[in-house]
Amino acid sequence: MSIDMSQFHQVFFEECFEGLEAMESGLLSLDIGDIDSEVINTIFRAAHSIKGGSGTFGFTVVAEYTHIMETLLDEMRDGRRPVTKQAVDVLLGSVDCLREMLTSIQNEEDVNMVSAAKHQAALEIELNGSAGNAPEAVKIDKVAPIAAPLKPEEITEIDEEQGWKIAFCPYLNLLKTGNDPVRLFRELNGLGEFTSNVNIQDIPPFDELDPEECNISWELKLVTEAKEAAIREIFSWVEDDCALEITPLSKPKKVKKPKITPTAPVVEVVTATPDVVESVAKKAAVVVESDPSKNTPKASSSIRVDTDKIDTLINMVGEVVITQSMLGLIGENFTMDKVGQLKRGLAQLERHTRDLQQSVMNIRMLPISFVFSRFPRLVHDISTQLHKKITLKLVGENTEVDKAVVELINDPLVHLIRNSLDHGIEMPAERIAAGKPEMGTIELKAYHRGGHIVIEIVDDGRGMDKAKLLAKAIEKGLVDEATIMSDKQILELIFMPGFSTAEKLTDISGRGVGMDVVRRNIQSLGGNIDIISELGKGSTIAIHLPLTLAILDGQSVAVGDETYIVPLVSIIESINITEKMLNKVAGKGETFKLRSEYLPIIRMREIFNVKSGAATKSNEGVIVVVEGQGALCGFLVDELLGQQQVVIKSLEANYRRVEGVSGATILGDGSVALILDVPGLVRLSVR
Amino acid sequence: MSPENEIRAVKEVAQTNSETSITIQYLSFVLGKEEYGVDILRVQEIRSWEPVSRVPNVPPYEKGVVNLRGAIVPIIDLRERFSLSKVEYTPLTVVVVLQTGSGNHTRIMGVVVDSVSDVISIDKSEIQGAPDFGTKVSNEFINGLVSVNERMVMLLDVDKLLTLESLEQSEN
Repeated sequence: MSIDMSQFHQVFFEECFEGLEAMESGLLSLDIGDIDSEVINTIFRAAHSIKGGSGTFGFTVVAEYTHIMETLLDEMRDGRRPVTKQAVDVLLGSVDCLREMLTSIQNEEDVNMVSAAKHQAALEIELNGSAGNAPEAVKIDKVAPIAAPLKPEEITEIDEEQGWKIAFCPYLNLLKTGNDPVRLFRELNGLGEFTSNVNIQDIPPFDELDPEECNISWELKLVTEAKEAAIREIFSWVEDDCALEITPLSKPKKVKKPKITPTAPVVEVVTATPDVVESVAKKAAVVVESDPSKNTPKASSSIRVDTDKIDTLINMVGEVVITQSMLGLIGENFTMDKVGQLKRGLAQLERHTRDLQQSVMNIRMLPISFVFSRFPRLVHDISTQLHKKITLKLVGENTEVDKAVVELINDPLVHLIRNSLDHGIEMPAERIAAGKPEMGTIELKAYHRGGHIVIEIVDDGRGMDKAKLLAKAIEKGLVDEATIMSDKQILELIFMPGFSTAEKLTDISGRGVGMDVVRRNIQSLGGNIDIISELGKGSTIAIHLPLTLAILDGQSVAVGDETYIVPLVSIIESINITEKMLNKVAGKGETFKLRSEYLPIIRMREIFNVKSGAATKSNEGVIVVVEGQGALCGFLVDELLGQQQVVIKSLEANYRRVEGVSGATILGDGSVALILDVPGLVRLSVR
Repeated sequence: MSPENEIRAVKEVAQTNSETSITIQYLSFVLGKEEYGVDILRVQEIRSWEPVSRVPNVPPYEKGVVNLRGAIVPIIDLRERFSLSKVEYTPLTVVVVLQTGSGNHTRIMGVVVDSVSDVISIDKSEIQGAPDFGTKVSNEFINGLVSVNERMVMLLDVDKLLTLESLEQSEN
């Protein structure tokens, strides 16, 4: 039977990456010293499924690597090993390494053996070192490279050994798990010439003997051309229930810990202190960290949808079909007395269509935690690297946002958080001197506001020095010395290309590329970015993004003969007014007193040069009070027409960007109406 | 001979023909007394004039946008674009919907013309380069001139005509 396994690869990789994320977040939430066994179990399960899956798909590299992680985790789970920060760091590094391996395999590239080997070394040291061996000079059986079993050509070398010595030492419970050693031996026998030596010295006296326990161990000799992997496969059912050692016949070798499966025969024995390897592993971790940024594009994009959501959808499509056939029946031989029926049918159709639309949109919505969940790791790594003490608070992770936005917001956020870590938060000593708590805080918040999702990055670091920013900008010739700039304008300077105030470049940030790219990315999503910063107190960066890029609730308004759509979410209220209620300011601008506040008025007729329609003396009209970029403002229109959901159509697809207009839509009569871009109009009116 | 073979044979004949003389078909239309032609492969459809939705704060020759089966399509008045005298739109006024760009980045756009006159086949060798009219008349959209039955037809470069960036630049 041959099944094309490659059709399942995509699913496998997705599951693996999910598993890795689960491991990562589990590891980060592990409280050193206070072990939550449930968390370790979660991590262990994730590792185990990755191991199982990769074994099934023949990615032995991954399977064997994960096996070592699993061993370590298993000991932690059983409480045989303390959870130390060092161990967690090594495991985190391994998660990265696995991710790198899987990405390489997914993109059908060669796995980077060097970094894999380093991680594996670190893992093994962790495994051996704290298990009782003298930590200062651990002999690692460093196979050259350690990844030897992972490399196909190394395996062929081993194959020349012509046979294997297998030390098979079952645990007491082997028989209870339903495994029969005889079956294993029979299979081994099928591979080649097979001899066995039974070791019966552990068998207790007869009166203490429990027939359900396995007290025997074997030393097996197999003369064969079969590969080590083939033998391991035979033992794959029992590998958790026994100590297994497989060594080539020609070079028998002793392994200190029975629990550890030696990854390959010894080719070279290296003596190293754990610290050395540790630092090597750390370096490797840094390399890995920088790698994802130049990720090769993912093969295809898919989305995981709750089956419930799909069931609802199917249900609704059914309803729509029923309504449609009902309307068809009415239409076939229509008489005037069926008007009532027709109206009811149409109302039903409208409701169903709306529901359908809503649930389709729902499918595309993902919680922002898809993005946020990566940041605890980032903060953990970078703060360690910078020797800073920083906690990350996540708020509003369940805020839902369109998938397209989720995908595109990640890179800008990574950049901004790195900036906060590197430039924002001070060194612990500096913080204490400034009278702040030693532990810096970065808060990552997401919430909905007015049809937008707002993502805020708040740090309590040193803030931005406006004088320094300005001096730097003048020095770089980005601004003229004579220009008088508001505080806000000065802060905006950091978005200029080539601007950096960092005294020294680090690999984290400071090369002066970035903030302009960040802003461009966010603007291309239809959002904007604001900065508030106070020297010595910290900075807040707020990103406003549209929730979805496809549909909005709109209020249609009439201006002359023309119809425009104002996004309902930005409307605060609408008021009927007469000319007398407007106040002139300096002869030109106009304001309207809304309760206690004076609002600037934008006459739509003027700003859009509307000449058509009855030339009203504009002594009557409606003020639509809108919120644009934090400030209230009134649009003076002729009339309110109605509210409806509109499908946003791009003007740019065939035409171009028009100031003050965010898109277009098609009205019920087939004509086109423009959708107003409220913040854009406010900007337009200022000019 | 199977139908496929027949088709192939016909195609081959067409190809050998085109090697000796490359014939291009143009759709010709009239603006006032002038006759223009566009590559017929660029013409998506011909529609009658219908009211457009005006777009604010754009040059006057960009009349507005219409809904063309769900797509928002801009309409450009060629008379105004070429600074000819304005005429009232009548039910006979025609909008030629043209396609520009290639690959997955194509735009469609409608141009208002007085009337559509003919489909003309022109041998490539008959096309003359557009003479330099000096600064008086911009010839940037004109690919060449050709004479058909003693009438002069100006062949338009659709891509240049419909590149809005160029519209924006000429506006500045």
